[in-house]
Amino acid sequence: MDYFAQQLINGLVLGSIYGLIAIGYTMVYGIVGMINFAHGDIFMIGGFIALISFLILVSTGLTAIPLILLIVLLVSMAITALYGWTVERIAYRPLRHSFRLAPMLSAIGMSFVLTNFSQLAQGARVKPVPPIISGGYMLHEGQGGFIVQLSNVQIVVVTTTVILLAVFTWLVARTRLGRDMRACEQDQTMAALLGVDVDRTISMTFVIGAALAAVAGVMYLLYYGQVDFFMGFVAGIKAFTAAVLGGIGSLPGAMLGGLLIGLIETLWSAYFSVEYKDVAAFSILIIVLIFLPTGLLGRPEVEKV
Amino acid sequence: MAATTSEPDSRSRTAGVAFILKKAFISSLVALLLFVLMIGIRTEAGPTGQLVYWARLDELALTVAAVFGGSIVFELLRRWLGPAGAAGLVPPVAQRALSIAGRAIAPLLLVFALLVPVIFYQQRYLLDLGILVLTYVMLGWGLNVVVGLAGLLDLGYVAFYAVGAYSYALLATYFGLSFWVCLPLAGILAACWGVLLGFPVLRLRGDYLAIVTLAFGEIIRLVIINWQSLTGGPNGISSIPRPTLFGIPLTAGPNGLAAKLGIAFSPTHRIVFLFYLILGLALLTNWVTIRLRRLPIGRAWEALREDEVACRSLGINITTTKLTAFATGALFGGFAGAFFATRQGFISPESFTFQESALVLAIVVLGGMGSQLGVVLAALTMIGGFELFRGLDQYRMLVFGLAMVLLMIWRPRGLIGHRAPTVFLSHSHSISSDMVGEGRG
Repeated sequence: MDYFAQQLINGLVLGSIYGLIAIGYTMVYGIVGMINFAHGDIFMIGGFIALISFLILVSTGLTAIPLILLIVLLVSMAITALYGWTVERIAYRPLRHSFRLAPMLSAIGMSFVLTNFSQLAQGARVKPVPPIISGGYMLHEGQGGFIVQLSNVQIVVVTTTVILLAVFTWLVARTRLGRDMRACEQDQTMAALLGVDVDRTISMTFVIGAALAAVAGVMYLLYYGQVDFFMGFVAGIKAFTAAVLGGIGSLPGAMLGGLLIGLIETLWSAYFSVEYKDVAAFSILIIVLIFLPTGLLGRPEVEKV
Repeated sequence: MAATTSEPDSRSRTAGVAFILKKAFISSLVALLLFVLMIGIRTEAGPTGQLVYWARLDELALTVAAVFGGSIVFELLRRWLGPAGAAGLVPPVAQRALSIAGRAIAPLLLVFALLVPVIFYQQRYLLDLGILVLTYVMLGWGLNVVVGLAGLLDLGYVAFYAVGAYSYALLATYFGLSFWVCLPLAGILAACWGVLLGFPVLRLRGDYLAIVTLAFGEIIRLVIINWQSLTGGPNGISSIPRPTLFGIPLTAGPNGLAAKLGIAFSPTHRIVFLFYLILGLALLTNWVTIRLRRLPIGRAWEALREDEVACRSLGINITTTKLTAFATGALFGGFAGAFFATRQGFISPESFTFQESALVLAIVVLGGMGSQLGVVLAALTMIGGFELFRGLDQYRMLVFGLAMVLLMIWRPRGLIGHRAPTVFLSHSHSISSDMVGEGRG
């Protein structure tokens, strides 16, 4: 039971990271109707920028960890958002009204570009950092001496995710930008006729998605203490799996899917085998889609002839 | 009169220069922000494992300057080429000439392919490159059945390639079966996997289909990596038997083909044999596809691509149509995989990553979805271009990704943008591919 509780905590933390990335996929899909294959690499870029800015800040002699983390988070969000904007501008906007597979292939190309760019710029080796936040709480000590722990890093990851989700939900539900986004999602032509700047709204969607992916990158760096140029691919596929599992286009679905994928992965590694954890996640995706072809919270697509 | 017209013209030109400079300036500012940390600072784990960093301001300045210059050049190019591209109408004479050339290009390519081993007998590198291009042509034609004809978006095609390669490698090394026995077996096994993948995705559409096929490809790769006792895991399988000419090995020994024919042995014989083998397999794929397109099942695939609902209301069995498309595509993927294994003599999971799937899909889409000739041209462009950058090894994938983006922007509908319908009433109209359905799955 204690072991299960511990795995539950670990799974939820991992799931929040996946959820943050999945929101970027699902938002872009909802508005433009395309799979942004480069999103996983945007997450990787976010991790790298966090790492570099962290190193610089530490070497300037700053010691207040919360302040450092806040600056790292903001810098990483800002620059990664710019990456998201640039990618949209270069690779997707010229293909806005093109046929459906074209932007997807251009996205796959962009993903190769970003992966290899960071490999060239920062080298192929894994970049480790010493634990930035240490310590934690002992929740419960069971018989046999197994201790259920909640580390401070986990608290930071989950709290940040919850705060950001609250901000993000408010943004989509209450602000002008959120209303424009929802309008574009329903009908771009009508939204344009009613004075919504569609191009700008789509750009902002990419910017917000990239900023959330950057947060996920920072959290990944804090939690695992390392980044490498290839981490975007696997994390990207898992997050996309999460988005589809939750029902692509649905924001709560993305978070739910992220948490589920995180839990499946952790529990499978804990009780069965670590090697097959990804196989388990993908198999469950396939099984869920057999019975619910539009994901858990997705709306069924009405087909008109 | 002339003066009055030239004056606003010159003014707009100076405004144009200002505009170009402004645009270049903004681009380089964005580039500066993007690259200040990623290129300006280099991190590396030091000798103690601690990360160290140092500044690389010269490279940063170089990159930003390159973006500035590139932006100006790009904008100028767009101005000069823009109006010509906007006109875009090819005169009818040129169009006729183009269509004749288009009809002639396929037989010419075929004759050229047949003659390649004769012409380039001495250049082993070119023969190897030819084999590589033909392998991708075959994969492209196989995937074309699924994506181009049936309109089912498959991002995990490499899984069938892997199944074929591992089937041959395992059957040959464990049971000592010959290549010619294993080839059909590998194809059939891959086709079975195709049907297996087909079942869960019958109800899925579009991007759901894409992610499930992608997940399927990853599952196959992960199982191959982790099932070490059978597949050797990441180390792969080595010393896979080389193919034989129906039992006669192509070796230097007394039983070899060279000795039997009474000619001097040369290792190039095997390369030439492999070249004709893959050429034959690719042409088989092409021939079967062309024939299938004329059968009811092929027409059902094309109808499915255009409109699934209409298809269903006309009484076409969607289940068998989709499953046969997956199985046929997988069959050819399996053949290509078996060939790959026998050519390399060594296979490992590294050869079956998502990048391969993406490359094959890029060849199909760039070729113009459903066009057989387009696949050949796209494979030549992609693989040939890829080889051109072999010297710049570390920039290769970067350039490849950029080329993919630029080619999609330049020709989103692929190189062959027109296509003739397989079935028509009185006379065949060539349809612009803008009018053709795009595979919603």
